[in-house]
Formats: sequence, structure tokens, C-alpha cells
Amino acid sequence: MKRMAGAVPRAAAVAAAMALALGGCSGSGGKKAEQDAEAGVAGPRLKIAMITHSGPGDTFWDIVQKGAKAAAAKDNVEFLYSADPDGGKQAQLVQTAIDQKVDGIIVTLAKPDALKDVLARARAANIPVVSINSGADRSAALGAVAHFGQDETIAGEAAGEQLEKIGATKAVCVIHEQGNVGHEARCAGAEKTFGGRMENLYVQGTNMPQVKSSITAKLQSDPGIDGILTLGAPFAATAVDSVEQTGSSAKVGTFDLNKDLIASVRNGSIWFAVDQQPYLQGYLAVDELWLLKTNGNVIGGGRPVLTGPAIVTKDNADTVAPFADRGTR
Amino acid sequence: MSQAVLDVAADERLAGRSPLRRLAGRPEVGALLGAAALFVFFALVADSFLQAASLSTVLYASSTFGIMAVSVALLMIGGEFDLSAGVMVTTAALLSAMLSYQLTLNVWAGVAISLALTLGLGLLNGVLYVRTRLPSFIVTLATFFMLAGANLGVTKLVTGNVATDSVRDMDGFASARAVFAADLDVGGVQVNVTVLWWLLFTAVATWILLRTRAGNWIFACGGNPQAARAVGVPVDRVRIALFMGVAFTAWFSGMHLLFAYGTVQSGEGVGNEFSYIICAVIGGCLLTGGYGSAIGAAIGAFIFGMTNKGIVYAEWDPDWFKFFLGAMLLLATVVNLVVRRRAELSR
Repeated sequence: MKRMAGAVPRAAAVAAAMALALGGCSGSGGKKAEQDAEAGVAGPRLKIAMITHSGPGDTFWDIVQKGAKAAAAKDNVEFLYSADPDGGKQAQLVQTAIDQKVDGIIVTLAKPDALKDVLARARAANIPVVSINSGADRSAALGAVAHFGQDETIAGEAAGEQLEKIGATKAVCVIHEQGNVGHEARCAGAEKTFGGRMENLYVQGTNMPQVKSSITAKLQSDPGIDGILTLGAPFAATAVDSVEQTGSSAKVGTFDLNKDLIASVRNGSIWFAVDQQPYLQGYLAVDELWLLKTNGNVIGGGRPVLTGPAIVTKDNADTVAPFADRGTR
Repeated sequence: MSQAVLDVAADERLAGRSPLRRLAGRPEVGALLGAAALFVFFALVADSFLQAASLSTVLYASSTFGIMAVSVALLMIGGEFDLSAGVMVTTAALLSAMLSYQLTLNVWAGVAISLALTLGLGLLNGVLYVRTRLPSFIVTLATFFMLAGANLGVTKLVTGNVATDSVRDMDGFASARAVFAADLDVGGVQVNVTVLWWLLFTAVATWILLRTRAGNWIFACGGNPQAARAVGVPVDRVRIALFMGVAFTAWFSGMHLLFAYGTVQSGEGVGNEFSYIICAVIGGCLLTGGYGSAIGAAIGAFIFGMTNKGIVYAEWDPDWFKFFLGAMLLLATVVNLVVRRRAELSR
């Protein structure tokens, strides 16, 4: 009886679906679905949460979000963003995403141990996790399906090579967040490939006059310094000010980009920028989760995918400039 | 008659004190000794510390703290705190940058509107404090969070990014830079104009504290507000004015930030409020109010700046940077304390 009762509506549904298909309005399948898949709007609307360790108001994380939002718009994804520099609070934010029953979670692993338990809970709840930016080496062990980021050591090595190329012999690596593992790794990587001597200088990143006076003090205490490597775009501009003020011959190179920095690269006051392409980190992470849900793909096959380093110098600054102008590079 | 004379002589309040002892009773003397000790110390351990250019850098670092420490010290003498002082600097800079850029105004117009709005924020802190009777710690903690959030939210809303657009190429930038961030050539050494402003602000604040009725009111408010009110001191108005004083120097510091660096990142400034309070405390201001001086705050800022930069000149292992900073500050404050206690005992 039950079967019979079910068969009639089913037949009716098929007929209705055919009618709808003829009218071009099938709810599922058919040519339309295929086209939608190509255009990237097929499937149910997904909800994806990104939780980073970023402090507020940081240009870098703004670009990550722009990438993520671009992918989300294309993939029909509802994108949620939250952040807290404190590892424990970041873990709580991940828990709230699990509570919201999101379809995927994107995290940064700057403090991997703080996130260990909550990521296990995400796995238990069958929510796929993708890590970005930091923590490539811990990503797989913590159950993330993929990782998109820059290997800090490799990026540091690229910066060291650039310093070598512009002829520096004694350089300072300016660390604007003391205790940040990634910052230390960058400077260590740079020291490895840089032929000359390199020292670290710690400055307070939230207080620009302090950054400037510390770099100035360093240049004054050692006139032999002929290279400065900063780890963020705003600090590079400040380093240039210090160089001008002290009449030092130091050449400035930096990690990360923004539109003012591109102008400085074009006019030659900054020699190079090592771009880890934060836009890609946000974009690929959202895309990966979407691909996983809709097509079972894992970009990179479980190995960390590098988003950088891309080197910007006077030679290619013109092509990058329009993208930096709109805040996506 | 002779008995009366004896009584007067025995009254310690009327006993004459030697000029040296009177000096030792001043709040800033301990800090001054601490500063001198640190100066000699760094001169000995850091080869490049005594160069004129290095001292100029130390003074610049001190001045950026010192300008804020002046008003923060006055507020502390008046018995209150302002935890929003650090982010308010960023707020003032953001306001000025965005108003100038978005409305394509001469930057001086942005500077002026920013002054009005920032003073408004000080007024808000003051009025909220006076009306709610909550501790200023709570009131300004609330405005600290609101400003930090608004700095980010409004900037992103207006510019689409979290940093402001550069105003370097706009009308008035050069003259504004000359006022707020010029490098002056003093005998071949570049000295930032903030050093002069710092000295000026300190002098004005000292004059207010020691030579005007408002100065007496400030001490009275911090020492014993009930008694002050009883003798007719307009306690609420004094405190609102003190909060606006902090807002004024926050505006000034914000303008320095903007015109020295061209753009402002909206997340900056958090944490600096404690540096300002530290400067005032090293300089002899009591956390409980009613005692302290503007000159002391200036010396405190000098100690803070000198320690900050001296560690770089001394080329110490940077991993220990914060440890050294803490140890130096402790040392300076202890010297300060010992001197003051001795002065009080020997009265």
C-alpha cells in the first residue's frame, strides 16, 4: 500500500519535473545544472567561517578577507569572519562556528596547540577544516584537509637572496611583533641565504614613532648597516624615513605589499617586496571547501600549497600596481 | 609670651626647611636622579649614545610619549585615569586623514574638524564620568573599546580598506607637516619639532599647576574632592577640562602621526595608554591622585624614551629587550620612591 501510495506522487513529480525542465525551471539536474556548475553557483548555499589570529585593523588580513569574499560570492557561499590574536579566544570562536553548524571552517594555526582540541571537535562534527597562513607543519596532524600559505622560511630565504642581489653586506631584520614564530622564521630564513651579517631588531608595531626612532637608533649606533628588511609594508615606509633622516646608505626591502608601498618600489626608495599573496590564501581556502563539498577535490593532495613568495621589484611593479590600488595585492 | 614663641618653634609645620630639603620634597626630584643615573649608565655602556644625532633620536622617542604624558599626568593629579588616550590618538589621525581625503579638503580643514571632534570625545569622557559617577577606569575603558571598534569599522566603511589613503600629495600637507612633524636643523643635527612642542606643553602645564587657581583646583580635586567641593572648587568642571586636555594632546599626537607618516593604520595605538601612565608614574605622580608634576611626567617620558632607545644603542641581545625595559623602569621608579620617602621623613 505504502509503495503504491509513494509511486503515484513520484510519477507526478517526474512529470512535473519534465514540465519544469521544458519550461527551463528544473530544481535539479539537466543542462541548467551543468551550466550553473560551470558558472560556479550550483548546489546548496554553503556557510563557511574563517577564524584568524589577526589583530584588528591590519591591512594584510583585510586582503585575505577580500580574497575569501570574492570566492564566496562566486561559489554561492555565506562567508563569516572573526578573529582574535589570543589563542584561547580564537579556539572559542572556532567553537562558535561549530555550534552554528557551518559547512566548513578556515583557521590560521599561529597557535596550533590552542586549537588542537577544538579542531578535533570540528572533525567529530564532520565539519571540514582548511588552514591558511601559518602552521603548515601542524596542519595535517590537526586534521585540516588542506593548507594554503607561505612557508615563512622559504619566503625569508627569498628575501635574503634579494638583499644579496641589491648588494647589502650588513642588514637588520625589523621584527614588529616580538615572539611571533613566523616573524622569527622569516628573519632566520633571510639570514641563511644572505651572504652578509644580519641582526634582528624588535620594535613595537602598534606605535609608529617608536618604530621609527628604534630603526633610527639602530642606524645611528651602527653606520655600517646597508640593508634593512621589514616584515610588513607600513614599517618599510617608516624605515625609508629613518634612512633619509640619518643619511644612511641602507637599502630597504620588505615583506608584504600595499598601494603606497608599490609607489615606493616604483620610485626606487624601496628595493623589493616579498608578497605572500594573502588574497590567494582567502580565495583558495573558500574555493577548496567548496570544491571538497561539490566535487571531492583536495588542492595539493593534502600537502601545503604555497601562495608565495612572489617578488615585486621595480621591473614588475607597474603590472602589480592596479591590483594593489584596489587593495587585493 | 616666651612660652608662645617656644610653642611656635616646636610646631613642625612652621619649622623652616633648608632649600635643599624643599627641593627634595618636589615630586620630580627622584625621577631626575633616576634619569641622570640612567643617562650616565647608557653613556658608559653604549658607544654611540652620546652622539648628538643619537640624543636627538632619544628626545624624539621621549617627546612622542611626553606630549601625552603631560595631560595624562594632570588628569592623574586630578585623581583620574584615561584608558582611551592611546586609541584616541589614532582616532584623531584617522578623522583628519579621512575627512581631508574623502571630501577633498585642504588638510588643514581636516585638522581643524578633527580637533573639534577629538575635544568632543574628551568632553564625552568627562561628562560620562561626572554624570554616571562610575570610576573613570570603567568609563574610559568603555570609550577605549568603542573608539578601537569605531577606528576600524568607520575606516573600513569609508575607505574600503583598514588603512587611510595617503594625504601626502594634498594641499596643506607641507605646511601641516612643518607644524606637526618637521625636522629642524639644530647645529647640523636633525631635531624633530615634537621635542619643542613637548617642552612647550610641559611648561604650560607647569605654569597652570603652580601659578594659577586652576592648578590649585586640580590638586584639590585629586587630593580630596569632597573637601574641594565644600570650599567651592568646581570639581566636575575641572575634571571635564582635564579629560579634554588629554583629548587635546591626543589630537596633537594624532596629527604628528598622520603628517609624519602620511597614512594611518586603524589598529594602531592600543596599549600606548599604559606607556603614558607609566611615564607619569615614573615622574612622581601618585596613582591615587593629588600629587605629581608636569615636569616629572616629562622626566618620566625621558626615562622611558632613553631606556627604549638606549637598549638599541647598547646592542644588547634583543630577545631580552622587554626584560631590560622592565628592569630599568623598576630601577628608576625605586630611586624615585627612595628619594621621596627620605624627603618626607626628613621634614
